Amino acid sequence: MAGEATIVNAAARTSLWLQPHRIVLILIALALVLGAAFFMRWDWLPRYYEMGLLGIWRSLWILAVTCFLGFLLAVPLGLAQAAGPFWFSAPAKAFCTVIRGTPLLIQLWLLYYGLGSLFPQYPWIRESWMWPYLRQAWPYGVLALTLSFAGYEGEVMRGAFAGVPKGQLEAARAFGMSRWKIFRRIWLPQAIYRALPTLTGETVLQLKSTPLVATISVIDIFAVSSKVRQDTYLTYEPLLLLALIYMAITGILVFAFSRIEARIPNKIG
Amino acid sequence: MELLSPYPPGWGEALLIGLLHSLEIALGATCLGLLIGTAGAFGKLYGGPVVRDLLAVYTTVVRAVPELVLILLLYYAGTDLINQLLAALGYQLIDISGLAAGIAVLGFVQGAYSTEVIRGAILAVPQGQIEAARAYGMPPGLMLRRITLPAMLPFALPGLANLWLIATKDTALLAVVGFKELALTTRQAGGVTKAYLTFFLAAGVLYLIVSLVSNFLIGRVEARARRGMPSIKDAR
Repeated sequence: MAGEATIVNAAARTSLWLQPHRIVLILIALALVLGAAFFMRWDWLPRYYEMGLLGIWRSLWILAVTCFLGFLLAVPLGLAQAAGPFWFSAPAKAFCTVIRGTPLLIQLWLLYYGLGSLFPQYPWIRESWMWPYLRQAWPYGVLALTLSFAGYEGEVMRGAFAGVPKGQLEAARAFGMSRWKIFRRIWLPQAIYRALPTLTGETVLQLKSTPLVATISVIDIFAVSSKVRQDTYLTYEPLLLLALIYMAITGILVFAFSRIEARIPNKIG
Repeated sequence: MELLSPYPPGWGEALLIGLLHSLEIALGATCLGLLIGTAGAFGKLYGGPVVRDLLAVYTTVVRAVPELVLILLLYYAGTDLINQLLAALGYQLIDISGLAAGIAVLGFVQGAYSTEVIRGAILAVPQGQIEAARAYGMPPGLMLRRITLPAMLPFALPGLANLWLIATKDTALLAVVGFKELALTTRQAGGVTKAYLTFFLAAGVLYLIVSLVSNFLIGRVEARARRGMPSIKDAR
């Protein structure tokens, strides 16, 4: 019986969604897509297919690494601002203000061109094990994107830490938990639950920041499309495909986060 | 340090001109975005089903695609389209200024975000106020001007202020299409003098000053728009 009811529900929802004007709009959209597929030039696709896949992989990799590292940095930043003493909270607040107050492009160029041009002057850096990495562009890109994510997310985590009800922490203390245990079992999980909806938005924003690394010669998917444009003198086709790829990745990210959010108990506070 | 002096061997003047261009674009884009956003929000709330669906597509697509890609796409497509239109109508081709193109492109992007902000703010206005205005027999234009816009302003301001800050920072992206604003000027100055660190730090400080000054002014405006309402701290 229950199964039947859900089927009816789903059918009703579909018919509600598929109103006549929507069908017309979908047909127009289909016509546009088909027109683009037939009347535009796509013969360069097979040649750049592998390069494109590698570019997508690199973009996703940068996204995952910078979000992970940035979040790890954001937790102490948020904690310092929410509960730390002055000499902890002031630098954390200054860091967040500077990161959020300047364009990511400037931060990226500052690190890559600025720091990158300083390093070769010192022989001990050129002889160290780090030099092969410091000569490449991607460490600077990853560093800049990580710091940026940490700056924005640190502010979110500050609000999330401050928003956990005092009673929860007092109850934990009454149970005799140590401070570290309170943080690990009560404070951090509840703060993350609170921050999760904004985390989705921040991750999508971070995805939209990744093409900036192409300006410091990291070959991500954006750089691949620029190369296609230079090689074939086509303007629109690579850019349209690029926009489509980013939309698909955004859609997948939002879907994945909504699944994670649905698993979280929603009676907090 | 003498590289930053405002007189010709130094690049200070060029940087300040770049900053001025950035601010012009940010201001223009925010105003255009506000216009699009207001129209879009009303379309989304009170428009017919087709308008609503089209606006949903607009806001979703713009917010899902990186600004850099959108800027490239709209910049090329927009200038191309206008020139083709002019050619078809028999006019001479025009060279669209970078300033106008930048404002149009960033304004289009900002419009999608402000649509959502303003839509949320209008929804936050107590329904009774709008109903009362209708009951008085106000035509829609008067109601918009006297009731809806002023009443939604305190709810919209934090989001719009955020958008202004994003706009000032997004102007840096126009460096990629070759518009000479602060970021590109800085990069050129660094390239000529090889003092990259100095110049990028200087540009960072300029952007930071813009952000901090805006934050201060926005705080004042917000306090004024919220006058007579309970403070956010009390509401919690």
